[in-house]
Amino acid sequence: MGNTVRLRPPKNQLNRRCLLWWRARTALVVAPIVAALAFIGFLVAPVLTVFAGIAAAAGLAYGVLMPMWWYRVHRWEVTDTAVYTRTGYFWQESRIAPMSRIQTVDTVRGPLQQLLRLATVTVTTASAKGAVRIAGLDAELAADLAAELTRITHATPGDAT
Amino acid sequence: MSELEGAERLDRRMITMTAVLTGVIAVVGAVVAGSAMISSGTPAGVTMLAVFGGALVVFGLSVGVDYIRWRATTYRLSEERLELRFSFVLNRRRSLARDRIRTVDVTASPLQRLFGIAAVVIGTGQSGESGESEVKLDAVSRERAHELRRELLRHAADAEPHTDDGTLAELDWRWAAYAPLSVLTPALGAAAVGAVANVASWFGDSDDVVGSVVSDLLIAAALFGYVTVVIGVLLAGAIGALLLFVEMWWGYRLDREPGGTLHVRRGLLTSRSISLEERRLRGAEIIEPLGVRLARAGRVDAIATGIREGGTGQGERTDHKTLLPAAPRAVALRVVSDVLREPDVSGALTGLTPHPRAARSRRLRWALAPVTLVFAVLLTVELAAGDQIATRAGSALAGLVAAVPWVFAVIAVPIAVLLAVDAYRNLGHGLSGRYLVARRGVARRSTALVQRTGVIGWTVRQSIFQRRSGLLTLVATTAAGSGAYTIPDVDVTEGVAFADEAVPDLLAEFIERPGESPATTVTRER
Repeated sequence: MGNTVRLRPPKNQLNRRCLLWWRARTALVVAPIVAALAFIGFLVAPVLTVFAGIAAAAGLAYGVLMPMWWYRVHRWEVTDTAVYTRTGYFWQESRIAPMSRIQTVDTVRGPLQQLLRLATVTVTTASAKGAVRIAGLDAELAADLAAELTRITHATPGDAT
Repeated sequence: MSELEGAERLDRRMITMTAVLTGVIAVVGAVVAGSAMISSGTPAGVTMLAVFGGALVVFGLSVGVDYIRWRATTYRLSEERLELRFSFVLNRRRSLARDRIRTVDVTASPLQRLFGIAAVVIGTGQSGESGESEVKLDAVSRERAHELRRELLRHAADAEPHTDDGTLAELDWRWAAYAPLSVLTPALGAAAVGAVANVASWFGDSDDVVGSVVSDLLIAAALFGYVTVVIGVLLAGAIGALLLFVEMWWGYRLDREPGGTLHVRRGLLTSRSISLEERRLRGAEIIEPLGVRLARAGRVDAIATGIREGGTGQGERTDHKTLLPAAPRAVALRVVSDVLREPDVSGALTGLTPHPRAARSRRLRWALAPVTLVFAVLLTVELAAGDQIATRAGSALAGLVAAVPWVFAVIAVPIAVLLAVDAYRNLGHGLSGRYLVARRGVARRSTALVQRTGVIGWTVRQSIFQRRSGLLTLVATTAAGSGAYTIPDVDVTEGVAFADEAVPDLLAEFIERPGESPATTVTRER
């Protein structure tokens, strides 16, 4: 559709280390399943080793391909007036929160994220359903961003409702 | 005992109330326990001692606890703060800044009314840490309760000069006719019948004469035919709904008080007085359940910040946002206009922008998909096992078995199409002065008018199917009400333009218009 008015995608992609993060998470879920299947298969039912192989192959394919896909579709942008994110492809969701209505800025780093120097920034507004989440930023960048957002938010008068 | 100057106690009658209540319970308990003990052969003296002793202990304990609570609790209303102190063994102090007080609700249960006392819940309207933002004075005299309400909400009156106070709506008993149209009616009826059946089963288990007569009667009633039962259920439901309406809405009045506080008063047995500061108001919602909508009526809810939905263990909280019970549409529209201080919203509501035809196709698909599925299953069963079923059922019913899938289709398809078309026709959005209007729903049509300055963010959703049909779903997030108001399946171009117009300066920098340079370069993060 060439001549429609539309929302442009946000400008920035996540940090490339996200690929590693997502793959590690996939591996953490898939590996125990494969290991358990293989172990039981080795001990009692050899047919299970086949399933273990299938699970491993599926997990590997998922872990290699899906993060590349996610990396392409996850976008974020912070301007002087708003925070803007887009996620998903089949169910695409764009969220925009104006700077003047931001109430809290949280930075969270899980164990894997700490290992990979990544962070998740969650920006909440007064709405129970208006939180904007950017998962997978470089930790330093996230810290700077959070500080910057907090500064701007403090400078804005009103209770943001 | 109080170093608080001008501190007040709760109303003493709360102790009397507890005394009477526990007294009655203790006496009843004593009689029941006593007769049970005597009939099981316990000596009269022992019985008397045990029963009276027990009753006295229960009575004494609860009255004592209540007395201590009364002694220990003081509250004080100063220029700046409302302070609540509890000092017995431990000291607890709660204090609310008066200029942050947003709600003062006064309720009185039938028992409390008998004793002339009422409970006052004072809230700051902050939905944050639950419980922390509320102070509850659970027994003050009725007069003091209303005095407190007026005093606590007066600061708003000084701050805002525009006051066109007066009554916005009063109960019209003809509205009671809408009560049985609610979807609750069959449920209420079923509950009533269920309760009767339950009672009957108690009797049914024992051998006594009364029981068997009752259960026989009930069985006879049941045998009278399913039609009677259905009618009975509906009738019981209707009566239940009417009674509920009378209890909830007796003496209903919606006032605007000086300083811009909306005040709802209602209730027959439990009287409720609910105040809502206009500063917290972010809009209003007209709710039309299907039955009520067919009767061309609707209810009005407030969209306001700081109304906890459900939470804090008080189920009644949710109906605190209802400003007007189901009433004729014209009345509902007038109340909405008055409440929102808009000249007349009815024009905007009739002129809502309809959604593209693709939205209708989607709804038709959603409605027909399950029908088709069920039809396919029925047909498969019919084709695969129809003969066997028919022979089992006897030759007279053979034709009937073959007809089942088709009868289903003939009944279900028109209903599905009707619902889908209705769902589509109910979709609409538009702007009315300072308000954004979003309408949707079939079983519960909701027309939300949300203050445009109250929209604190947009969420735009687009599934792959919507993308192919050129549609998207807009969600306006607010601090008030349910937190998000959804406008499903709008045209991409029109929807983005609408969102941009409704809340200026929020989306503008992210919008790409035809003719402008396409996709800006993507920068990759370090």
